[in-house]
Amino acid sequence: MPTVSVGRDRLFAALGRTYTQEDFEALCFEFGIELDDVTTEKAIMRKEKHLEDDGEVEGDDEVIYKIEVAANRYDLLCLEGLARALRVFTGTEANPVFRISSIPRGSMLQMHVKPQTSQIRPHVVCAVLRGVTFDEARYNSFIDLQDKLHQNICRKRTLVAIGTHDLDTLVAPFSYEALPPHEINFVPLKQEESFRADKLMEFYKSDMKLKKFLHIIENSPVYPVIYDSNRTVLSLPPIINGAHSAITLTTRNVFIECTATDLTKAKIVLNTMVTMFSEYCENKFEVEPVEVIHHDGSKTVYPDLSCYKMEAPLSDILGPIGISLDEKQVVCLLNKMQLQAESHSSKGEHRISVSVPPTRSDILHARDLVEDVAIAYGYNNVPKSKPKCMTIGGRQPLNRFSDKIRAEVARAGYMEVLTFILSSHEENFDMLNRTDDKSKAVIIANPRTSEFEVVRTSLMSCLLKTLKHNIDHPRPIKIFEVGDVMTLDPSCDVGASNNRRLAALYCNRVSGFEEIMGLVDSIVKIVRAPHVKFGEKYYVPTDEPEFFPKRQCKIVTSDGKQVGYLGIVHAEVLRKFGIPDPCTFVEMDIEALL
Amino acid sequence: MAEKSPAADVEAGLLAHLNSTGDVPDSRSFASSLGVSHLELEGVIKSLSAFRIVDSTDIIKETWVLTDEAKGYAARGSPEAQLVAAIPPEGASKDALKAKLGDAFDVGMKAAARNKWIGFEKGNKDLVLRKVENVRDEMQEQLKKLEKGEVVPDKVIDDLKRRKLITKEKSIWYSLKKGPEFVVKRKTLATDVTTEHLRSGDWKDLEFKDYNYGAQGQPIAKGYVQPLMEVREAIENIFIMMGFTEMPTNKFVESSFWNFDALFQPQQHPARDSHDTFFLKAPAATRQLPEDYLEKVKQVHQSGGYGSKGYGYDWKRDEAEKNLLRTHTTAVSTRMLYKLAQEKPFAPKRYYSIDRVFRNEAVDRTHLAEFHQIEGLICDYGLTLGDLIGVLEDFFSSLGMSKLRFKPAYNPYTEPSMEIFSYHDGLKKWVEVGNSGMFRPEMLLPMGLPEGVNVIAWGLSLERPTMILYGIDNIRDLFGPKVDFNLIKSNPLCRLGI
Repeated sequence: MPTVSVGRDRLFAALGRTYTQEDFEALCFEFGIELDDVTTEKAIMRKEKHLEDDGEVEGDDEVIYKIEVAANRYDLLCLEGLARALRVFTGTEANPVFRISSIPRGSMLQMHVKPQTSQIRPHVVCAVLRGVTFDEARYNSFIDLQDKLHQNICRKRTLVAIGTHDLDTLVAPFSYEALPPHEINFVPLKQEESFRADKLMEFYKSDMKLKKFLHIIENSPVYPVIYDSNRTVLSLPPIINGAHSAITLTTRNVFIECTATDLTKAKIVLNTMVTMFSEYCENKFEVEPVEVIHHDGSKTVYPDLSCYKMEAPLSDILGPIGISLDEKQVVCLLNKMQLQAESHSSKGEHRISVSVPPTRSDILHARDLVEDVAIAYGYNNVPKSKPKCMTIGGRQPLNRFSDKIRAEVARAGYMEVLTFILSSHEENFDMLNRTDDKSKAVIIANPRTSEFEVVRTSLMSCLLKTLKHNIDHPRPIKIFEVGDVMTLDPSCDVGASNNRRLAALYCNRVSGFEEIMGLVDSIVKIVRAPHVKFGEKYYVPTDEPEFFPKRQCKIVTSDGKQVGYLGIVHAEVLRKFGIPDPCTFVEMDIEALL
Repeated sequence: MAEKSPAADVEAGLLAHLNSTGDVPDSRSFASSLGVSHLELEGVIKSLSAFRIVDSTDIIKETWVLTDEAKGYAARGSPEAQLVAAIPPEGASKDALKAKLGDAFDVGMKAAARNKWIGFEKGNKDLVLRKVENVRDEMQEQLKKLEKGEVVPDKVIDDLKRRKLITKEKSIWYSLKKGPEFVVKRKTLATDVTTEHLRSGDWKDLEFKDYNYGAQGQPIAKGYVQPLMEVREAIENIFIMMGFTEMPTNKFVESSFWNFDALFQPQQHPARDSHDTFFLKAPAATRQLPEDYLEKVKQVHQSGGYGSKGYGYDWKRDEAEKNLLRTHTTAVSTRMLYKLAQEKPFAPKRYYSIDRVFRNEAVDRTHLAEFHQIEGLICDYGLTLGDLIGVLEDFFSSLGMSKLRFKPAYNPYTEPSMEIFSYHDGLKKWVEVGNSGMFRPEMLLPMGLPEGVNVIAWGLSLERPTMILYGIDNIRDLFGPKVDFNLIKSNPLCRLGI
């Protein structure tokens, strides 16, 4: 969930009142956001610099609220949107109406899209904010919102990248092109000298902030770039803007371009930028459109601030909540959530029409209206009820059986442990003197550490590892686990399947080989015919590298099927796990005994 | 019966005597009358006194006792008497006498000469002659008297003291009479009941020695179950009481399709990032997916339908085929709901599961890369948010959390979504205990579930309530190979639902 930092006093000023922290927390809880932390700029700086509480740092003492918002509410990612939503929610403000300024098509600014852009980043959408008044706080919020959008919906600029420019430094029309890197030269933001694009990429490899975006275009033969009619570079998306058109506190007219691989998200991002900051335009909430001329000649005007129309019967909205309200109350609740609603009747049925504003891209379905009505009504005011359906409870036979086996082994004096399914490749194979023939183990593609390389194919390393961590415990140590292992399985839709196992380990000054056999005998006795058939002799000698020779065997049913194995753990294996005393290990396939 | 010890005989003799005569004025003489040492009698007296069977009064007396040297004189006579006795009528040489008497010779010569019991032949100082026929050995008499405890004149004492033949010694003995608990035959106190007692009928007369209840019992060898599994069982029982059936969750490898796409979780969702999810190298991709259903899922993501506008992006099959370790058991719930949708006519279900899920996250005191998810869901016509709240209150109050509050939240596959908060009396604040919601129509309708069927569901981790329940602050003490055996051994009973 994204977290937005806003100055408390500025937030309260925007809300038109102050709150105690407790009251503000209660409001957040009700609305579905969370006051995550209360801090100050100074405290944040100290933390970053790892200073003590009294360390001297720059920054001010203004109280900062860190507020966690829902991941699909891009309209809450800045103070402007957050305050607006809460004002409307508390009924102190009506829903804003966003307008496109009416300028003739012929005098609209234009963005020409060149065909090569389709090779790397095919979409661009633009808009202009006229007569904006920035101050330092508004300016910072404007920059922060772009950052937050880049981190969230833009998926670290891969899907969408935003460029904002001082329009008065540029000359329309603009062009969105994709050129070989060596053909692009410009002075990037915060730099003095001009760079060739390929050199610039090299330069940014040491830039902590920008280096993580380089991969998006680095290996492409062409880089996306936006020019004005004087061939001034506006931006090299998604990496950096040009220095020439940089926004300052005195900028009045702002040109916004969003380049993207996902057009839907580009439109949402552009709409979010203009609906949030048109608040500071000379004509509040008015946005100037830009005509995008595609390489096939077709034209689209952006932004699209039209409302998405939805309609649903009143009963469809109230039914899933389980409350009864009249249509006027529902309209009122929807309005509190910035959803412009009205009711009408057709054929004796009350229906609710909703105009979803461009700020609420999260509304996809009438079910989203249900949620908003429920939030505005108050989740904690919804009367509780009981589902009427009668059903019979029950367990999975395998799990119930596993629990019976667990109880049996615990009764035999063994201590249950619970270990991880993920393990290192070395523990699962080499440390057990086993080799990986690549036909068994599920392998993780992106392990964070070596602990998470493979899914265990046996419980053996897990128990030895657990024993090692408790090696000072008094002998004898008798531990067991019932759990799943995984193996590759072409007969399964995903290509791998679980297998439920029982494993037990005995460790003492002597091996306990017969002790473990006694445990197996008792299990064989309780699962025996007619369910599972064991012959007179069910131990068959084996020759596996993880055990001492001549002190190991497999456990077979009367039809010769192997259901388990046991042995005195080989000295080499014990050494690798750091265990000084002899151990006997047994592992059985529980599913085969079911 | 065990053979009677000498001490038992002494005790029997003493008690019999007390029974008939009422007292023993002097334990020393009583000991000699029994023919045992006083030390032996003393042990019996102490034991009987402790049980107040006899009352004993200490008699303390300082007496002169003979040194080892004096004891020899008392037995064989004084050195001078010995000397005289050793001299034959014709006399004897000093050397001969010395050889005969040893150490006593020098002393004997001096004292005998002083007593004028001996003389020397004139001119031959070496030949010792006897001058008296019989000597009265007074010293021996006095020593014998002392040995018997008789009184001797002070003059004699002084003389013996000077000759270092006696030393002063304190001796204790007792006068005895019946104690308040007097019995003629004392019972032996039993410490245990034996088969022999039962067989012989002795148990009727058994009297037990007091037991030390301050001591601990013997440590026993026993088996133990993992605390997390105990809590799992308790929660399972709650589900079953509430009519829920367990889902088969033994399927850790899942396709992105079942884990994400079928849940209407868009392909660009951050949870599908490699930073959060374990993707697989082998088996890298799933082998088969239900094609008809897949087509519907694709459509609803791309362009909507079922009343939804969809996400409006290019849905990619490759992305859906990517295998992973399931990030939630809801992947299994989804399979179960899809299966349920294929069964006609529709029948309502309550499903639950408690099993492992995997997150490619950094591990710390409260987070592990694998943990157990508890999940419950109900699928039926006309279920409401009110029903969800009602079920959650039933479920959580069984876990001891009866004060609940719900906060609006976001989850791609539930709408409405509610975070569940419970008031924690210890922490004195509301803590998040789980997530819940109603599955989105975009998830249920492509499966083929009838319109009007809703699914209410909730989930939480098994580890968190267990840690709170047992006051464990490091998850690795509870789960994984670094588990502390002593923690498992000392773990109290899980009383959830009791």
